[in-house]
Amino acid sequence: MKEIRWHGRGGQGAKTVSQILAQINLREGKHVQSFPEYGPERSGAPVRAYNRISDEEILIHSGVYHPDISVVIDETLLDSENPTEGLSPKGALLVNTKRSPEEVRKLTGYSGEIICLDADKIAQEAGTGFPNVPMLGATVAVLGTDPKLAEEELKETLSHRLPPEVVEKNLQAFRAGYEAAKGARDVPA
Amino acid sequence: MKKTMTGHKAVAEAMRQIEPDVVAVYPITPQSEIAEYYAQYVHDGLVHTELVPVESEHSAMSACVGAAAAGARVMTATASQGLALMIEVVYIAASMRLPIVMALANRALSGPINIHCDHSDAYLARDAGAVHIFAESAQEAYDWMIMAQRIAEHEKVRLPVVVNLDGFTLTHSVQVVEPLPDEEVKRFVGEFKPLYPLLDVDNPSTWGPFAMPDYYFELKRAQQAGMEEVPAVFLEVQEEYRKLSGRPYRGFFEAYKLDDAERAIVIMGSTAGTAKVVVDELRKQGEKVGLLKVWLWRPFPREEVVKALSHVDRVAVLDRALSFGNMGALYLDITSAFVHQDRRPGFVNYIYGLGGRDTTVDHIHQVFEELESARPGELRYLGLRE
Repeated sequence: MKEIRWHGRGGQGAKTVSQILAQINLREGKHVQSFPEYGPERSGAPVRAYNRISDEEILIHSGVYHPDISVVIDETLLDSENPTEGLSPKGALLVNTKRSPEEVRKLTGYSGEIICLDADKIAQEAGTGFPNVPMLGATVAVLGTDPKLAEEELKETLSHRLPPEVVEKNLQAFRAGYEAAKGARDVPA
Repeated sequence: MKKTMTGHKAVAEAMRQIEPDVVAVYPITPQSEIAEYYAQYVHDGLVHTELVPVESEHSAMSACVGAAAAGARVMTATASQGLALMIEVVYIAASMRLPIVMALANRALSGPINIHCDHSDAYLARDAGAVHIFAESAQEAYDWMIMAQRIAEHEKVRLPVVVNLDGFTLTHSVQVVEPLPDEEVKRFVGEFKPLYPLLDVDNPSTWGPFAMPDYYFELKRAQQAGMEEVPAVFLEVQEEYRKLSGRPYRGFFEAYKLDDAERAIVIMGSTAGTAKVVVDELRKQGEKVGLLKVWLWRPFPREEVVKALSHVDRVAVLDRALSFGNMGALYLDITSAFVHQDRRPGFVNYIYGLGGRDTTVDHIHQVFEELESARPGELRYLGLRE
């Protein structure tokens, strides 16, 4: 079983991409869970969301404390939210940042794989403005999920709520996030 | 087809497929989305339900009582303070033998105010006269909502049924759910046949009359008789649903690796899933541990619980609510069932998860570990800072 923790701020769509990832993983035949951590909900406050992905039925209903992957949608949370807490040293830290993996390694002291991408820039270039979807693309890359299958699911689910041209922009943002993560993996020796 | 959905979506889907005549509901965290989804279905014309947007839970249950007495199939949903506000009418619904099905998104009662899960709301309604069923997962919540309809409406029962699902843990988390096709659910629940409906003006009937010392007692005894019919009906409905769904519903509780267990946990709700993970881990190490997960809490299946647990050496009963001044209510249910048995396990009571305190795999390991040496009859607290 793989466990993922998302760090975002209220309104950035951490919960949304966590749920879409669950749909993607179900589509590839996995068992899944996706749940946010609920505190007082307000725009801009730090929020966490979680995924569990497994080949077997998932029975556990407690929180996630030792994730394999930690995804930081808002880099200001690197200081305040301690996104490497409990993170498996054999896992991966994904950060939306202009900084290099070396800088993030120095900042966090994390010994596992670090993937940095400028999801804000990707989102701006794609015309969506939301860094969550590029970070979803990056996460799909790190998980090794078939990107075509992931895109199909993303397209289907977004088409329920967004007009076609906005869906297309999101797919672009997803692909760019996926490619950026593929090219930027910093695996320690 | 398997889908990802939250627990409240799963409950709302079951309600959509059942398509009751009337839903009277007032939103409250963590139940609100059930009401919201259902309101959307009504708006979109997917159901022909009369949705009554009431001004409080007291009114919600009152509208349910009126509609059910009039002859309608009725459903509602609430949580915590909402149940507390409607509780006097829940007693009345039960005493009038009205088959109202209610989803209860379990949430801690105030105070202090809290939005997260425990079972104190269910414990508040324990003696109201409703049937209580607990779900472990979103899938179970969906399945029990459908089965509950048949149990509630059975002519021998005619009682409200509460389907309990853990707030947030089940209501707000996306899980894999495999709903049945609409037409299969509709065929399974069938047409509702009201008994002595108020709207049958050619055959007038009296509902909710005054009952003084000369009749009150007999009416309460008759209500108990309806409760006594529940176990047989429960098993019958469950078997039919098992055949329909192919899912392993068998009995009043799930006995998980219990046959040869030396130590066992008794529990209700979603934490049963976490406990199963620990049972599996310990079994791999050769330890004989098991789990009894209660589905049907009221009426309580005393004899069957005795049969299932009498061979076990040590049993930890986990209550997710305090019964102030005594042991937990589930613990008392279990231990009182054993009172006339010569061979009985040593029982320990744990209070856990109040106000949404997370119960982890480590906590369940701790319970199994402590069971070896714990003093029978002890009241312990799991996951508490002391």
